[in-house]
Amino acid sequence: MNRKVRILISKPGLDGHDRGAKIVARALRDAGYEVIYTGLHQTPEMIVEAAMQEDVDAIGLSILSGAHNYLFPKVIELLNNEGMEHIVVFGGGIIPDEDIPTLESAGIAKIFTPGASLESIVKFVEEKIVPNAAQRG
Amino acid sequence: MKGAKDKWLRNDYEKAPKRDIRFTTISDLPVEPLYDPTDLEGFDSEVDLGVPGQYPFTRGIQKTMYRGRLWTMRQFAGFGTAKDTNQRYHFLLQNGLTGLSVAFDFPTLYGRDSDDPMARGEVGKCGVAIDTLTDMETLFDGIPLDKVTTSMTINPPASILLAMYLVVAEKQGVKWDQVGGTIQNDMLKEFIAQKTWIFPPRPHIKIITDILDFCTKYVPKWNTISISGYHIREAGSTAVQELAFTIADGIAYVQAGVEAGLDVDSFAPRLSFFFNAHSDFFEEVVKFRAARRMWAKIMKERFKAKDPRSWMLRFHTQTAGCSLTAQQPMNNIVRTTIQAISAIMGGTQSLHTNSMDETMSLPTEQAVTVALRTQQIIAEESGIPNVIDPLGGSYYIEALTNKMEAEATEYIRKIDEMGGTIAAIENGYQQREISNAAYHYQMQVEQGIKTVVGINKYAMDEPVPIPLLKIPDEVEKDQIERLENIRKTRNNTRCEDALDEVENSAREGKNIMYPILDAVRAYASEGEIVQRLKKVYGEYRDPAYL
Repeated sequence: MNRKVRILISKPGLDGHDRGAKIVARALRDAGYEVIYTGLHQTPEMIVEAAMQEDVDAIGLSILSGAHNYLFPKVIELLNNEGMEHIVVFGGGIIPDEDIPTLESAGIAKIFTPGASLESIVKFVEEKIVPNAAQRG
Repeated sequence: MKGAKDKWLRNDYEKAPKRDIRFTTISDLPVEPLYDPTDLEGFDSEVDLGVPGQYPFTRGIQKTMYRGRLWTMRQFAGFGTAKDTNQRYHFLLQNGLTGLSVAFDFPTLYGRDSDDPMARGEVGKCGVAIDTLTDMETLFDGIPLDKVTTSMTINPPASILLAMYLVVAEKQGVKWDQVGGTIQNDMLKEFIAQKTWIFPPRPHIKIITDILDFCTKYVPKWNTISISGYHIREAGSTAVQELAFTIADGIAYVQAGVEAGLDVDSFAPRLSFFFNAHSDFFEEVVKFRAARRMWAKIMKERFKAKDPRSWMLRFHTQTAGCSLTAQQPMNNIVRTTIQAISAIMGGTQSLHTNSMDETMSLPTEQAVTVALRTQQIIAEESGIPNVIDPLGGSYYIEALTNKMEAEATEYIRKIDEMGGTIAAIENGYQQREISNAAYHYQMQVEQGIKTVVGINKYAMDEPVPIPLLKIPDEVEKDQIERLENIRKTRNNTRCEDALDEVENSAREGKNIMYPILDAVRAYASEGEIVQRLKKVYGEYRDPAYL
């Protein structure tokens, strides 16, 4: 039996602007997903640790400080080191369009920029994220 | 008159077709189609409005308002290194800026040095990187601190940045009683909304009262706190919540100052405020007027302040960042203009207008020039500043001012019942109110109940994107090298001794401004000073309320 999709929503780095992350977390919860919100000031190490502990299927990263080019790929790198490549990582915040291709080639599945609708985020989760992907080998 | 309006509603208005929208403010306060004298029963303009510069200050804080002096045009700016930002300051001053406002990067905001592990990727990205006094000296190079006032948006380490500013003044030969400016220094709203913190709430409040005491004695022209609603609004609150939570924070600071043994009239005149100018034009004008009247009554009646300057709510305004869109960015110029006018009609003392590109980046020179010209065009071409409180006496404005005051007062009563602002924050009250309001608004936008042009209406395929400011990664490397160099060349014995004194003073509950000044003069870094304070005060963790 499939359990529900579990998603970690997190704020890496020092950025404290959490309005968007909290709204996304709530919308996903309302859409029926299990959502864990880590709160602010997470290092990539803390995020990966939480993802392991909570056995999540996906991680949503929110950042508005401009530090995404360092922090997002770092999370992917650490997930890979731990053999957790099955976890889908998506993100959002203040991310200029020109940075998106690099982030995507680093392994970020999707970036939602300002103006993105909650509907589009929920749709992405519905279509792209499966529970227990690791166990499916 | 009552008969006439009722008749009109029944016979003319109700029967006619209306646009299919809800007629409320953006904060969901219902508004009537028409206001007339019947909406102002019991209104006494002498008591409720008064004249400018006199209690209850509804019409404005100064006697002459903008006839005497325009609001300060104070654009928030900062990026990269101190040298980069100094250049932007000179550019802005040459173009008519009348006051400086410093934006610091995230590591600096959090009391971390540029080589801190958590600073990686963040240095200079959303503000200027300041590690030591050297950076501060560069930041104000060529800027006479007796001629220009500076507002610094800095909260947990405000004591340190204030000390750096004062030492720069000292080195310029400017006496501290000639130095004017503001530190934001409003930790309560950090726990509620902006979320930059280091220690738990109570040590932060103690530091704030140290600053109140110090500035009252040595820097009398300095605004010690900028009690802020801007960030509360940006986090998603309604206008009433912004007003209520800000005033409640102000009450807590006055209470803290009094409990620390200070005479209310000695520090209250130098408390200042900072509000958001959001999109619903009249709701914003009303909010500013209600704020002045509420604060005047609270200071006079609740705190028994005697000096009329203690009753005056002086404020800075910034146009609403959260209302801007990344889509069709030139539309933001229009939004900012409308918002700026509401602040001016609301009687702000100083104003920052956002740039059109700020949804994606810090402003380019071209974008910030348009933002500054926006203020200048309103000032010089529109005639708006030439009459004081021009909307005063409007049936709508006065009725809505009354309503907003009543609603905000009710929130404050609830907070008092919880044991005051700090107790309410520790329970997550304001935080939850704000995130509920934010979610509610987002749902309204998604359902088309509230329109955002370019997002859920009049969207288009994007035209060619506008140029954006990029912060090179070299900034981080450059800044770290500079810091390492200072650590090598300063007198490290003097520095260590000064840091020891910071830690001792904190432990002994003494005023930490004095040892921080000495540490700053010895070129201790911000992070080094904060590390010592962390040992005494501990660290705060985000409770992560959803």
